[in-house]
Amino acid sequence: MRNVWIVGRRELAAYFTSPLAYVFIVIFLALAGGLTFFFGAWLERGQADLQVFFVYHPYLYLFLIPAVGMRLWAEERKTGTIEFLLTLPVTTSQIVIGKFLAAWLFAGIALTLTFPMWLTVNFLGNPDNGIIAASYIGSWLMAGGFLALSACVSALTKNQVIAFVLASALCFVFMMSGVEIIQSFFRAWTPQTFVEAVAQLSFLTNFTEIAQGVIDLRDLVFFLSVIGIALFVNVAIVEAKKGV
Amino acid sequence: MTTLLDIRELTKRYGPITAVDNISFSVDQGEVLGFIGPNGSGKSTTMKIATGFLAPTAGTVAVAGHDVTREPLEIKRRIGYLPEGAPLYGDMTPMSLLNFVCDVRELSAADKKRGIEYAVEKLHIGNVLYQPIETLSKGYKRRVGLAQAIVHDPELLILDEPTDGLDPNQKHEVRQLLTEMSGKKVVIISTHILEEVEAVCSRAIVIAKGKLVADQDPLSLQARSRLHNAVGIRLPADQAGACSDLLRGLSGIGSVEVTTQVGAMVEMLALANAGGEILTTVRAAIDGKGIRVDEIFVERGRLEDVFRDLTCAAEGLKGPTTTARESVDA
Repeated sequence: MRNVWIVGRRELAAYFTSPLAYVFIVIFLALAGGLTFFFGAWLERGQADLQVFFVYHPYLYLFLIPAVGMRLWAEERKTGTIEFLLTLPVTTSQIVIGKFLAAWLFAGIALTLTFPMWLTVNFLGNPDNGIIAASYIGSWLMAGGFLALSACVSALTKNQVIAFVLASALCFVFMMSGVEIIQSFFRAWTPQTFVEAVAQLSFLTNFTEIAQGVIDLRDLVFFLSVIGIALFVNVAIVEAKKGV
Repeated sequence: MTTLLDIRELTKRYGPITAVDNISFSVDQGEVLGFIGPNGSGKSTTMKIATGFLAPTAGTVAVAGHDVTREPLEIKRRIGYLPEGAPLYGDMTPMSLLNFVCDVRELSAADKKRGIEYAVEKLHIGNVLYQPIETLSKGYKRRVGLAQAIVHDPELLILDEPTDGLDPNQKHEVRQLLTEMSGKKVVIISTHILEEVEAVCSRAIVIAKGKLVADQDPLSLQARSRLHNAVGIRLPADQAGACSDLLRGLSGIGSVEVTTQVGAMVEMLALANAGGEILTTVRAAIDGKGIRVDEIFVERGRLEDVFRDLTCAAEGLKGPTTTARESVDA
């Protein structure tokens, strides 16, 4: 645990010593705000809630989260620092978890910085803050799921651009697995139970459920298992590819 | 003397390529081992396995009795490692990097302070401690890499080309540091600078094509040179013909070669048969004939020649045994 924290702290500091953190946060806030006001017509709706704010999060994360995750391993492999890191007395799992937590915490910081939205809606009316809190938690969990997938993909390549593109594609599949286009693809050649199982994997479905204010144990378990499994695979990939 | 590093029948294959082929050796405390071989001979791979970065295909590596595949953390704690090219986090400063390494290595506050002070002083990086590593020169980066390897006072120091990219003064300082640290540690360096082996190593291992082809102290290795015990003579050009005729007639001398000819000055080498001692014979003969010579010296042998002989043979190259030298015919 101690080592996870040391690795994570270094990783988090690395975000803030490069312009990446600031660029990411500014773009995230601008897009999140812009989409809410202009596309969501937040003020015109005349309802004191943040529903139109959260509804765009999955789409924002689709390309912003892979941007946070792409460097986690690809950069280490490109610069060779992976050899330095993995010959320190820490286990690969500790590093994988530490890196993931740093990135997740970073995403959490960006998400927290959207608090003026919450202040505004409380100033203008009397929203259900329970739903808002649940939505924030759901949004953060979803970011964690996307991040774990992105970290996994990042470990596959030395090239950050490839990591970004592949991670975005993978996140898209996971996000959209509940919608018709992905469903019909599987329906043609797999049994019905599999198609339903795929639908259950949908980030969108699980997030929407939480965003309605009900933190169902199933949704929690879903995101945490996606994270857990992705990190497990991440360790395996790092172990398998370190010599190449 | 206790054995600190023990490598047994180590083999590493990448698909059809065998990078390390059945290498065995052990290193005792206090030894400074030079690992030499051509590029791609398996030096770095062996080091990567010994430090626990790569898993061996077959064979074992043990550090202080701990097996590298079963107890990797025990091994990593005891090792200070500088990977080839000294990869470091460019966005960190040397100070934050050293702090990070000390924290990961669980040094106490006092050890951390002492370790960082020692490393900073020894490697002269005090003036760049708070600059991002990516802005530093190659020499400074290399020294920061060395600093992180010694900061925890490791029992086993493994350095992959530690002086690569340093200027002659810095090289000298690093060599001094290695000699100084060698006392109760094991230091393993890989290099293709052979003078470095002569300067700091108590033992040299030559590998070629993944195979261990020699394991000796540098002096014995030098003695394998065909120039070992050869007698060099520097004399005026007008004396050269008579001298070489004289030497060629002596027993115990294999051949005579002119090595350099600058203006009126000639340098020639009398090579001994089977590397025997011929200085006394040569001197007596020259004095007897009354030949004027400016200088007589004994060659200890050239590591470079031995290196080429050993590694070219292993790589199946038609290696010229030594650099071209013309024999004196007249």
